[in-house]
Amino acid sequence: MELAVSDLACARGGVPVLEGVNFTLAGGEALLLRGPNGIGKTTLLRTLAGLQPALAGSVSVPPEAMAYAAHADGLKATLSVAENLRFWARIFGTSGIDAALEGFNLVELADRQAHNLSAGQKRRLGLARLLVTGRPIWVLDEPTVSLDLASVALFGDAVRRHLDGGGAALIATHIDLGFTARELDVTAFRAAPRRLDAFDEAFA
Amino acid sequence: MIALLVRDLTLAIRAGGGFGLGLAFFLIVVVLVPFGVGPEGEILSAIAPGILWVGALLSCLLSLDRIFALDFEDGSLDLLATAPIPLEAVVAMKAVAHWLTTGLPLTLAAPVLGLLMNLDPAGYSWLVASLALGTPALSMIGAFGAALTVGLKRGGLLLSLLVLPLYVPTLIFGAETVGRGADGMATATPMLMLAGITLATLALLPFAAAAAIRINLR
Repeated sequence: MELAVSDLACARGGVPVLEGVNFTLAGGEALLLRGPNGIGKTTLLRTLAGLQPALAGSVSVPPEAMAYAAHADGLKATLSVAENLRFWARIFGTSGIDAALEGFNLVELADRQAHNLSAGQKRRLGLARLLVTGRPIWVLDEPTVSLDLASVALFGDAVRRHLDGGGAALIATHIDLGFTARELDVTAFRAAPRRLDAFDEAFA
Repeated sequence: MIALLVRDLTLAIRAGGGFGLGLAFFLIVVVLVPFGVGPEGEILSAIAPGILWVGALLSCLLSLDRIFALDFEDGSLDLLATAPIPLEAVVAMKAVAHWLTTGLPLTLAAPVLGLLMNLDPAGYSWLVASLALGTPALSMIGAFGAALTVGLKRGGLLLSLLVLPLYVPTLIFGAETVGRGADGMATATPMLMLAGITLATLALLPFAAAAAIRINLR
């Protein structure tokens, strides 16, 4: 499955931030999005994940093929690690959370409530959710925030396994993830600042 | 979908989940009214249908902002919006979970509280029937209001103002059913109106609420 993005433009809060975004991402490949804060990496990822409409352009793969992970992990504090994962596995119609627990070294924490986890452990649980979605393209926004070096390595291994299995990953990050991948600096696609006339102010 | 319902119910009964909040509020309102109004049985009987329905409605209102706000804050709503189940189903399941944790306990507790309000014995069955029929509409309308205000910090005030007018028809026909039932009159018309309101909200509002959430997530 190849993801081809052509001439994509996206806006945040009624202001276009990126336009003319072009790239392709084949199965088994990872692409790292680079660029300074506020350039629109998150907006681009949210647009690809189907959370907001694109202003223009096309994406060859429907949002249903993508597993999105953002800054917030979507964890419920009063559910245990295993319950949180099992919930997402059932929502995505997959079975078995054991591989996800092992992949992110969460087996010992499986019965602990999420509010007793450290920030890095929560992050690992949030990333483990990707493994239970069963979706081919991972769309990740700063996945390594609050992870220690060992956990970054675990994450790198998980991404590599996903790529070896024919999946793809699109990752916005500022740090070195420990594996080589193509990089794309989105600064090149910065949109000229202007306001959109047709934007509905009421929902800004 | 069932997984979402089970999760929401689990969250509601665990620590800090807010289960019982509406019920406790309903209890407080109905217990306090006789102290304020005075113990005359006739007056209490006359106002019982209205007080019981207003109490149930306000209790429902109390927990509305939790329907989507918590999921929005921890990022679950983003993830649910990108999940394979349609957002309309998410809204419907959230409303069902809200009803099971708020509307259903209110309905079951109402006869006991009817006793405190000196409700006419003929009205009890109609009280339960009208609440069972009307509270699903309260939960669904509330879910719609919560969807509209989901991105707002401290959106509770706006949510109440948005939702209260929409609650008025349910309140009128619900209280009317109980009042007529207590007086031994025919209740078919208000019951049918109540059923109509509930069915219409259940049929239409999941779509409106899902659209509102999609806009708020942008």
